[in-house]
Amino acid sequence: MSRARADEEEYWHSSKFRAFTFDDEDDELSQLKESKRAVNSLRDIVDDDDDDLEKVSWSGEPVGSISWSIKETASSSSSLEGRDQPQKGSSSYAALPKQVSSYSLSNLFKGRNRLPSLPSLSDDYSNDWSPRDTVRRMQRGKVCSLERFRSLQDKLMLLDEAVAGHDGNVITAVLIFLKRTLRREVLFRELEVRQVALCHLIHFLKETGEQKLLLDLLRFLDRTEEVALSQYREHLNIQDVEKKREFLKGCIGLPFSAEDISHIQDHYTLLERQIIIEANDRHLAMAGQSEIFRKYPRKASILNMPLVTTLFYSCFYHYTEAEGTFSSPTNLKKTFKIPDKQYVLTALAARAKLRAWEDVDALLTTKNWLGYTKKKAPIGFHRVVEILQRNNAPVQVLQEYVRLVEDVETRLNLATKYKCHDVVIDTYRDLKDRIQLMAYKCKVERGSAEEEKINSLLSNM
Amino acid sequence: MAAHLSSGRVNLTALREAGRRELREFLDKCAGSKAIVWDEYLTGPFGLIAQYSLLKEHEVEKMFTLKPGRLPQADVRNIIFFVRPRLELMDIITDNVRREDRGRSPQRDFHILFVPRRSLLCEQWLKEQGVLGSFIHREQYSLDLIPFDGDLLSMESESAFKECYLESDQTSLYHAAKGLMTLQALYGTIPQIFGKGECARHVANMMIRMKREFPGSQNSIFPVFDTLLLLDRNVDLLTPLATQLTYEGLIDEIYGIQNTYVKLPPEKFAPKKQGEGGKDLPTEPKKLQLNSAEELYAEIRDKNFNAVGSVLSKKAKIISAAFEERHHAKTVGEIKQFVSQLPHMQAARSSLANHTSIAELIKDITTSEDFFDNLTVEQEFMSGIDTDKVNNYIEDCIAQKHSLIKILRLVCLQSVCNNGLKQKVLDHYKREILQTYGYEHILTLNNLEKAGLLKLQTGGRNNYPTIRKTLRLWMDDVNEQNPNDISYVYSGYAPLSVRLAQLLARPGWRSIEEVLKMLPGPHFEERQQLPTGLQKKQPEIIQRNFPRSRGLGLLSQRTQAAASGSRSVLCYGWWLGRQSRPC
Repeated sequence: MSRARADEEEYWHSSKFRAFTFDDEDDELSQLKESKRAVNSLRDIVDDDDDDLEKVSWSGEPVGSISWSIKETASSSSSLEGRDQPQKGSSSYAALPKQVSSYSLSNLFKGRNRLPSLPSLSDDYSNDWSPRDTVRRMQRGKVCSLERFRSLQDKLMLLDEAVAGHDGNVITAVLIFLKRTLRREVLFRELEVRQVALCHLIHFLKETGEQKLLLDLLRFLDRTEEVALSQYREHLNIQDVEKKREFLKGCIGLPFSAEDISHIQDHYTLLERQIIIEANDRHLAMAGQSEIFRKYPRKASILNMPLVTTLFYSCFYHYTEAEGTFSSPTNLKKTFKIPDKQYVLTALAARAKLRAWEDVDALLTTKNWLGYTKKKAPIGFHRVVEILQRNNAPVQVLQEYVRLVEDVETRLNLATKYKCHDVVIDTYRDLKDRIQLMAYKCKVERGSAEEEKINSLLSNM
Repeated sequence: MAAHLSSGRVNLTALREAGRRELREFLDKCAGSKAIVWDEYLTGPFGLIAQYSLLKEHEVEKMFTLKPGRLPQADVRNIIFFVRPRLELMDIITDNVRREDRGRSPQRDFHILFVPRRSLLCEQWLKEQGVLGSFIHREQYSLDLIPFDGDLLSMESESAFKECYLESDQTSLYHAAKGLMTLQALYGTIPQIFGKGECARHVANMMIRMKREFPGSQNSIFPVFDTLLLLDRNVDLLTPLATQLTYEGLIDEIYGIQNTYVKLPPEKFAPKKQGEGGKDLPTEPKKLQLNSAEELYAEIRDKNFNAVGSVLSKKAKIISAAFEERHHAKTVGEIKQFVSQLPHMQAARSSLANHTSIAELIKDITTSEDFFDNLTVEQEFMSGIDTDKVNNYIEDCIAQKHSLIKILRLVCLQSVCNNGLKQKVLDHYKREILQTYGYEHILTLNNLEKAGLLKLQTGGRNNYPTIRKTLRLWMDDVNEQNPNDISYVYSGYAPLSVRLAQLLARPGWRSIEEVLKMLPGPHFEERQQLPTGLQKKQPEIIQRNFPRSRGLGLLSQRTQAAASGSRSVLCYGWWLGRQSRPC
């Protein structure tokens, strides 16, 4: 599956592709050490007490910076009101957006259904601004009334001016005005030939959650795939799993692209499964009769977890179940057409975690039609070793698989790393490498069986 | 405080000063003592313009963060809200104002400063809540281009790319144009504008329009910049996807730099004083500001990380030697001189200590096997190897459930380097990602496709090799220690945007017409008329790589000995934020 080791070696040495390594590892390390040493020794000389020098409070915030000063000046008054305590129940504060830039206006409406009714702004003292002047005034943050634009032509001119200005704040403001004062069909028709404005309206509708109008608009534009995705997106807002399942079921009929539709179907099937498994297992766990649940209590529910996580779960708790049950790994594998590689990887991780080494063995054993057995790992035995090692497999188990690693160098590396002496010795024997064997002798314990083995090999070579 | 801003080719202190002036003018409108209530998001960017001392000089006595509930007691005449124009913030302000004790005396006056602009929707909202009348001054403060460093300005608009390409919301372009107008008002009209890409075109159009509409903007300042280069982020999607390998780049990759600040794990920075016995180990992250005001940082920030160690050790020797001097100081005069240098030496020592610790933290990661494997794959893709089949390493990472962002970065990188993926390959990745990370990421993948980061190869032709060869995006012999070509920043890959800037300076874009046509969006050239007497005779400089920072960079010579031209070029680009959030 991967480029043969030898090739790879050659590739690195001969080719232009330099890896990101320090040319001279030791030298580089010692350089860092050197500067560290210098810094430390200077500590003794320099009196560390005059922290004034850096003018940095411990949190690193320079003294005098704005955020530092907020803490300072606020804390001096906090005792009065106890306002500094984080207000746990206050969700609106916790939800303060930090990531989004301040430029896009559309985000401004997030989750708003009730919008300010724009135009009634009364402090508009002027009366006769042209569309262009109106837009310009709005761009400068001046307040303007849009009510005066009554004819369709005026309104469209206003919109075109706003679009030409590229200022989303103004475009959206005008769109809200048009949306309120134009008939839906007219609005849709005019927007169809004004793509920029159209995009703004779509985004605006998404943010404000006006799902129905949005879907109508997309349908009008014949953007069916977007309709489907946009509708599907809604499931993220549904907490209740039963409702979510129903909702996903409804999504299956939507006009998704050919590739997406199978994923949507799978999403629904998976949730349906998870609901059944969850109900069963919660019951089992509570009853306390199943040993596996007693020994390894579930940390979280399986609902809404990804497919691979679900497979892991089922390999962990339901490994031996017959294919007929919904929770059996083989059933999941079949239903979702999970590739062999993925399946073996996940099952291996789950069984290794339980230290069920016989299961690991069985998983990697195949029988041919003559009844001979053979070890096979679609993920490569080096990965098998990695996973077993991570789960603290004993050397006896580990070395069986290290032995099966095909590439000699990888095998030697792994065997040395995990102290599978037998494998190392046998490999050097096969390579007829006396020198390495002799060198390895000092790595095994004095008087051990391994040492003896090396000695006898050396005398026979 | 702002020495680092005047160290570059162009003195940016003037821009910062303009920002401070505007702030002072507003503060002085609200006569008497004041308290500022901050939208917390804004404190970072504002910190780059002004310190608390400036506010204090203008009678700002208290500062609070914006939160619902009663405003804290503060014996001041004015309460000023510094906020972004967002409805949910308006709700908090409304709550604050409503709970204000009307009976108190003296009454406190309320004001709002909208950043970066007033919004009529917000004001309407406040009006409907019945509190608009409570505000005496409602103004805007346009924080468009923030001076970051001697050669870097930023709008700190992280989601600009997403807004432009996913949501078709081009408001950030409007602000970019406005920021550039401000810049021209201070530094003279920029005579030449070059650009590539749809959004770049829009910005140039807006600038020209703004100039026409405000004839007063014609100024008589001798132009400091003679070329402006506008680059659309989508012209160069590759650069932000690859792992940055400069010192500053790696700090950003690993810890993330926000408003020039970085937060680091505190353990390495624990003050080791005698007698404390390590009982008060800090748990809060250590926060450091990174800019060229710090001599050592200015020297190493743009170096390939492999070249940082030797600089640090050289510095260490110099400092040690300097401290050794004290043994030789015999006369009173000598001792006096030694003592007078002590503060400077101590600053140098603490700077060295910090950067040695940071370098150690980074080294732990760059020497890990996974970092190496990841980089290997990136470099294979960028040099055009095996970009058209499913990659084993990516598969392995998915199987081990590495972070989704990492996976997406690699897959998108492959897609960009292959001018889109084959149907079979794309489907395979999609399936694996959805099965491992959850089906809801159909939406994430869809968004990536919409933004062009991930796509299906159509027409069966991959033109990336042509682009790579013509623009020399992959360089075989990279000198990381003493670089003579920009490709050292990625240990082989030369950022496409930088190449475009270099080629523009010499020999000009006409030489690469073919490749320009392969990249998305129009390329263009505009000339802005200068008043007579202001035409420049002697051209100047060129400058710097800023692989994934956001904003406006004055390309700097700092890293590039063989600068490819001799003009002052202002480069504007859309830079993808560090991490795009899924969904």
